[in-house]
Amino acid sequence: MDIEEFALDNSFVHNLDPRVKIVCALIFSTVVAVNHWIPAAALAIVFPMVLIVAARINVRRVLSRLAVVNTFILFLWFFLPFTFPGEVIYFLGPLEIHREGLLYALLITLKSNAIVLMVIALLGTSPVFNLVHALSHMGIPDKLVHIFFFCFRYVHVIHEEYHRLAKAMKIRSFQPRSDIHTYRTYAYLVGMILVRSFDRSKRILAAMKCRGFKGKFYILHHYEMRKCDYLMAMSSVMFSAALLVVK
Amino acid sequence: MIHLRNVRFKYNSRYILNGLDLSVAPGDRIGLVGPNGSGKTTLCQIIMGLLAPESGDIEIFGKARVEEQEFQEIRGRIGFLFQDADDQLFCPTVLEDVAFGPLNMGKSPTEAKRIVTATLASLNLKGFEERITYQLSGGEKRLVSLATVLAMEPDMLILDEPTSGLDEETTERIIHILSESHLTFILISHDREFLEKTTNKILKIKNGIIYEA
Repeated sequence: MDIEEFALDNSFVHNLDPRVKIVCALIFSTVVAVNHWIPAAALAIVFPMVLIVAARINVRRVLSRLAVVNTFILFLWFFLPFTFPGEVIYFLGPLEIHREGLLYALLITLKSNAIVLMVIALLGTSPVFNLVHALSHMGIPDKLVHIFFFCFRYVHVIHEEYHRLAKAMKIRSFQPRSDIHTYRTYAYLVGMILVRSFDRSKRILAAMKCRGFKGKFYILHHYEMRKCDYLMAMSSVMFSAALLVVK
Repeated sequence: MIHLRNVRFKYNSRYILNGLDLSVAPGDRIGLVGPNGSGKTTLCQIIMGLLAPESGDIEIFGKARVEEQEFQEIRGRIGFLFQDADDQLFCPTVLEDVAFGPLNMGKSPTEAKRIVTATLASLNLKGFEERITYQLSGGEKRLVSLATVLAMEPDMLILDEPTSGLDEETTERIIHILSESHLTFILISHDREFLEKTTNKILKIKNGIIYEA
C-alpha cells in the first residue's frame, strides 16, 4: 500500500494547483452525493475518468483500489434489493427482490465510484504534503491540517512497521493456521505495532522539536494560479452545475 | 557552552544518570563512549530538552534551562542527529526536509532554498533536492539527515552514532565532513577508530557518571 503511488508522475493533472484540486473535488463530491437520479450519477463518472486518462494513471492500480471500495458496497447489494420497500420484480425462493432496492443499490454504487475516482484523479495525484500546504493556504485551522498530515504520516509508519514484523515472523517459518498459536502471534503482532509506532511517533516529534518545530508548518512552495488551473476550476464547476440541472 | 551538574535521571526505577557532571567548551570535539544502555542517548536528549532529568542543573549557552520555552531557544543552535535517520526525515522530498529547520527558524522560503542548496552542495549531495526521502539508501539517508541538521547553521552538533550501519565510503565522508567543520560537537559512537580520527577528547559514561577516558 503506497498512499502516494499516483502522486509521483508528471502530467497536466499532477501539476494543477492543489487548492484548485481540493475545491473541485469538494464541489464535485457534494453535487454527486446529493444527486438522486441514476443517469446523472452514471454521467458523473465520465469526468473523473477523463482526468484519470489525462493523468496517465495506471488503470489496473485504479481498478484494484476501486475493488476495495466495492467490496463494501457489495454488502449493500446483499441487503437492499430484499429489504427496500417497493415493487416486487422477482422471487428468489422465499425472498422478494424489489425494483426500488436494486435501483437504490445501483445509485449508491455509481455515486461512490464517481467520488472515489474523482478523489484518486485529483487528490491522489498530489503528494500529501502539497495537499497539506494547500489546506493551510486555504485558511483551514492549523490543528486540523496537522491532524490530517500526521494521520497520513503515521499510517505510513505503522504500515512499514507491520511489514518489518511480518517479515521477522516469516523468516522464522511462521505459517498462519487456525489455531491458538496463530491467534496469539497475530495479537502480539498488533500489540507490537501499536507500541512501536507510538514510540516512533514520539521520536519523530522529538526530531521535529530539535529542528525548531513549534507547532507551525511553514510553506516552501507558494502556489500561483495558472491558466490551466482556471480552466480546470471552470470546467469542473460547469460539469458539477450540469449534473445538478440535468434532470 | 554546556554545563551539567549533578544530573540524575531514572528509567524504570533504575538510575541511568546518577549525579552526572559534564562541561563542554567551545572547540571541544567530544567522543562519548559507554556500554549499551549506559545513558549516552538519554544524556543527549536531556541536553536537547527532550527528556527532563529528575534533578540537577542544566546550563546551556550561559543560561539555566528548565522550561520547554528555554530549550526551544537552544534547539536551533545545537544540531541533533538522531540514531535512526527514518525518525529524522519525515517530509516527502529532500528539499522540504532540509528546509524544515530553517523555515522554523524564521527564514524566508527563498533564503531557506538557498541554504538547502548550499548545505547539500557542501555535503556532496548536489541535485538531491527533489529525491524522495524514504527512497534513499541508508547512507544517503544519514547524509541527508546530517544536512537537515547543518542547514540550521548550529553552533554545536550532537551526533548519536552517526556511522552505525554505514559502509566504509560513507563513514569516510562523515569523518571528512566532521574534521573539516569548525563546530563543537559531542559524538556518540562505539567505533574507536572513527573517534580517534574525529575527536579531541573521549568521555566515558559508566554507572551513571562521566569519566575522562
